[in-house]
Amino acid sequence: MKPTNIKDPEFFHRVVDCQYACPAHTPVPEYIRLIAAGRYTDAYMINWESNVFPGVLGRTCDRPCEPACRRGRVEAEPVAICRLKRVAADNKSDISGRLPKVPSRKNGKRIALVGAGPASLTVARDLLPLGYAIDLYDEQAKGGGFMRSQIPSFRLPEQVLDEEVGYILGMGVVTHFNHYVDSLKGLLAKGYDAVFVGSGAPRGRDLPKLPGRQDADASIHIGIDWLASVAFEHIKDIPKRVIVLGGGNTAMDCCRTARRLGGEEVKVIVRSPFADMKASPWEKEDAIHEDIPIIDNHVPLEFVVEGGKLVGMKFDRVEARYDADGKRSLVSTGAEPVFYPCDTVLMAIGQENAFPWIERDIDIEFDQWEMPAVDRITFQSSNPRVFFGGDAAFGPENIITAVAHGHQVAVSIDLFCRGEKVAERPLPGTTLISQKMGIHEWSYDSQIDTDARYKVPHADKAAALSDRRVEVELGFDVATGYKEAERCLNCDVQTVFAESLCIECDACVDICPTDCINFIANDEEESLRQALRMPALNLDQPLYVSAALKTARVMVKDEDMCLHCGLCAERCPTSAWDMQKFLYQVTKAAPIL
Amino acid sequence: MTYIRPQFRHPNLPTNELGFTRQHYEGALSTLCAGCGHDSVSAAIIEACFELAIEPHRVAKISGIGCSSKTPTYFLGNSHGFNSVHGRMPSVATGANLANREMIYVGVSGDGDTASIGLGQFAHATRRNLNMVYIVENNGCYGLTKGQDSATADVGSASKKGDPNPYEAIDLCALALQLGATYVARSFSGDKAQLVPLIKGALAHSGFAFIDVISPCVTFNDTPQSTKGYEFVREHMEATGKMDFVPVRKEITADYEPGYTQEVTLHDGSVIHLYKEGADSVRDRDAALRAVREHKRRGRILTGLLYVNPDSQELHHILGTVKTALRDLGEADLCPGSQALTNINNSFR
Ligand SMILES: Cc1cc2nc3c(=O)[nH]c(=O)nc-3n(C[C@H](O)[C@H](O)[C@H](O)COP(=O)(O)OP(=O)(O)OC[C@H]3O[C@@H](n4cnc5c(N)ncnc54)[C@H](O)[C@@H]3O)c2cc1C
Ligand SMILES: Cc1ncc(C[n+]2csc(CCOP(=O)(O)OP(=O)(O)O)c2C)c(N)n1
Ligand code: SF4
Ligand code: SF4
Ligand code: SF4
Ligand SMILES: [Mg+2]
Repeated sequence: MKPTNIKDPEFFHRVVDCQYACPAHTPVPEYIRLIAAGRYTDAYMINWESNVFPGVLGRTCDRPCEPACRRGRVEAEPVAICRLKRVAADNKSDISGRLPKVPSRKNGKRIALVGAGPASLTVARDLLPLGYAIDLYDEQAKGGGFMRSQIPSFRLPEQVLDEEVGYILGMGVVTHFNHYVDSLKGLLAKGYDAVFVGSGAPRGRDLPKLPGRQDADASIHIGIDWLASVAFEHIKDIPKRVIVLGGGNTAMDCCRTARRLGGEEVKVIVRSPFADMKASPWEKEDAIHEDIPIIDNHVPLEFVVEGGKLVGMKFDRVEARYDADGKRSLVSTGAEPVFYPCDTVLMAIGQENAFPWIERDIDIEFDQWEMPAVDRITFQSSNPRVFFGGDAAFGPENIITAVAHGHQVAVSIDLFCRGEKVAERPLPGTTLISQKMGIHEWSYDSQIDTDARYKVPHADKAAALSDRRVEVELGFDVATGYKEAERCLNCDVQTVFAESLCIECDACVDICPTDCINFIANDEEESLRQALRMPALNLDQPLYVSAALKTARVMVKDEDMCLHCGLCAERCPTSAWDMQKFLYQVTKAAPIL
Repeated sequence: MTYIRPQFRHPNLPTNELGFTRQHYEGALSTLCAGCGHDSVSAAIIEACFELAIEPHRVAKISGIGCSSKTPTYFLGNSHGFNSVHGRMPSVATGANLANREMIYVGVSGDGDTASIGLGQFAHATRRNLNMVYIVENNGCYGLTKGQDSATADVGSASKKGDPNPYEAIDLCALALQLGATYVARSFSGDKAQLVPLIKGALAHSGFAFIDVISPCVTFNDTPQSTKGYEFVREHMEATGKMDFVPVRKEITADYEPGYTQEVTLHDGSVIHLYKEGADSVRDRDAALRAVREHKRRGRILTGLLYVNPDSQELHHILGTVKTALRDLGEADLCPGSQALTNINNSFR
């Protein structure tokens, strides 16, 4: 293999598993260390710079970082990254003085944002410090998009959302709430320099052809519409017996909300096997904990209506078969259909994009699925003045993805408005700094605690079920937050190797607790991975290869299991190994902090 | 300020026949200087015991005084140990061995501990063919007392801030060969591929198994003028040939490389395969001595297995001692009473 080029920002970036997996690349270990140090406001600001909604995300993020977290590879469970974010948000002090300054003299460019969800709000935050004038349109009465209309308040209290939406609106966004944009052509005609479409994926799927659908219409709701009606208090109760169709997070929010509005026998009925459900494991757990059975492998056959009234639903029992490629098909078991009685059905079987307000003659290409053609890096559409992001760009995702899109859109809009090429993206900012303070002394806590993952305490179940506004998760207290923070392995503190100093004494090989380091004859990557002291089987993690040493061997380190404990550097007599903190920052349109 | 070894290990760590991983053979975290060769020797001992699936409680580690003699703390933390007096490891090992012949004795010493203060003790343990592994971690200096030249320092070799050594060096392998050691090897702490099979062979050997491991002292004797530094040893070492150790139970699986030129079956049935050039037999003591001297004359360091006598008779055999450990004898056997003593005394009259 060729010697590793550690100057390439992507090399060490991959080693910081959580940050790499985070769509917005939040510097996770950096903020976790600040939490451990009790510097909650600083920890919050690092998050705010990167993911814009730390308080919201600390409660609701889909947390792709956690399955990626290295800790989950060396022991049973990852660091509770997401809930630590909440610790920062819960314990911070007033941050108003730390918000970016917005120039009173504008730069003369006007931008329109359609939709006030996380994508648009991120674009607004990133562009305001540069002097852009921002007009924000949303058909709802307040900002937040789906974070407000969909995510139930027992998971996300309204004041947390209000606070974080407020920081951005307070920076000088001109809001046009209760304003449905019914024509993009019309909006473009207002002379905006660029328009951002952050309108989400607002249409819930239906089962229009299922027998009984029309007759039972009064007792059937589309899940996301129903949740929005609950959020805006148009709906305040629900009959006792409820069936929720679907296996995603929307289904989990529907069933748990139904329990709080008077549903006593609430069931989730899903086509797929339990293990294949789209809902996150913790959402399923929470639903089951609230006495909601999840009945899997049941495909809806019919809404059963008697005397003009919905009395239940019939289902076909199926089993999942997987072909050689792992493709699943649900095959009927041939057993008698089952009947489940109910008074109401909530349908949470998926969401779609819909752009009835975008004319098809304004140079925006749409594909056969009625999705706009959007560049995956610049987020520009075929009409150079129009950008898409969040759920509107490529279909429903989640908040953190919408935020990540928002940052890139802001960069694109700024480049576009300055007449520069949007495809020429600025490089991420990186720094690499030695952490050595002295003998056995590092400026990070290199000691590795063995504590198992801490559980977030929950509110009393009866109290939680009696009021949809009672937040279920209570968050870590400061002491538990500290202990959980100490579980982080500091994967951003990199082992940096200087071959010119190495005397090949093997001290690092001998001390490394996880057998990462090898001095070995060079070879092709595939053979080298097998030849290591512990074969490097995780292809997601890179090998760090040195240039040839005096003995003609090379140093090969498998980054996969490195604990970042610093013992290699500690035991190296010549300081050929050093522990250096790598900070990777996605470039924003304007510096935020 | 933290310097604590994490508890976590690689999740795919292999296990041996006992179900143990290497972690079960580790000891306390080393307090030696960073980069000391002795730590690599400890790692090699851990690896050898792990691979041979030795039950840690069957091992007794015995040492004298010196950085090298401190190392038994840093490996086999679940084994027995005795850190004795400077140069006196052989007598403690002899006593322990005579009391309990069922243990595996691993002696660790230094060049000061063995070739200076302990030379007399070393000589007698060797000539008695005491059943033990005797490892000298040879750095050509007294590391623990700040690097004074030891008796194995070569003429002209200079340590940090030291003058060139004017005295003739003791070659411990040559000495061991002359004194009747029955397994003699030399190796380098920086070459585990060679050292680990040598230690395995020594553990399987019945009799006095001596390994002189050149193990650089990074702090006092890793200078360009030293003949015991990493760079010098790497540039000047030559191996007798590659060696494979095939433990008894592995033989059927034949997971060794074919093409060996010599085969030695040890006392316990395990086999050593040597891939070596030349006609000299590894069982030829004189040839081994010649080879050591010859290499030295050419300024080279000869490493590898130099000599083995698989049919050797260890001390218990020579003395005709009781077959079990003394702790397994009853009081009547251990203390037969004053009449028995009188009878013995009378037999000498
Ligand atoms: C039930 C449910 C629960 C969810 N839970 C989570 C969760 O826990 N964690 C998570 O990360 N994600 C969750 N999501 C997904 C997440 O809410 C979305 O991915 C995210 O909000 C998308 O952000 P966005 O900025 O693209 O648009 P959205 O948040 O969807 O906002 C779009 C806004 O545009 C407005 N709009 C649309 N068209 C027009 C128009 N023509 N004129 C004016 N306004 C318009 C809409 O009213 C809406 O306010 C959930 C989704 C649902 C349905
Ligand atoms: C009886 C006695 N004499 C002298 C000493 C001082 N002393 C301690 S260690 C040592 C030499 C150790 O050298 P070596 O065995 O080569 O070990 P190294 O530290 O080099 O590994 C000496 C002379 C002592 N501890 N006891
Ligand atoms: S251990 Fe810490 S730095 Fe490493 S992946 Fe997990 S949260 Fe990130
Ligand atoms: S920091 Fe060094 S010693 Fe620690 S696990 Fe990583 S490579 Fe091994
Ligand atoms: S002084 Fe020399 S022999 Fe002793 S620990 Fe340090 S490097 Fe090793
Ligand atoms: Mg010494």
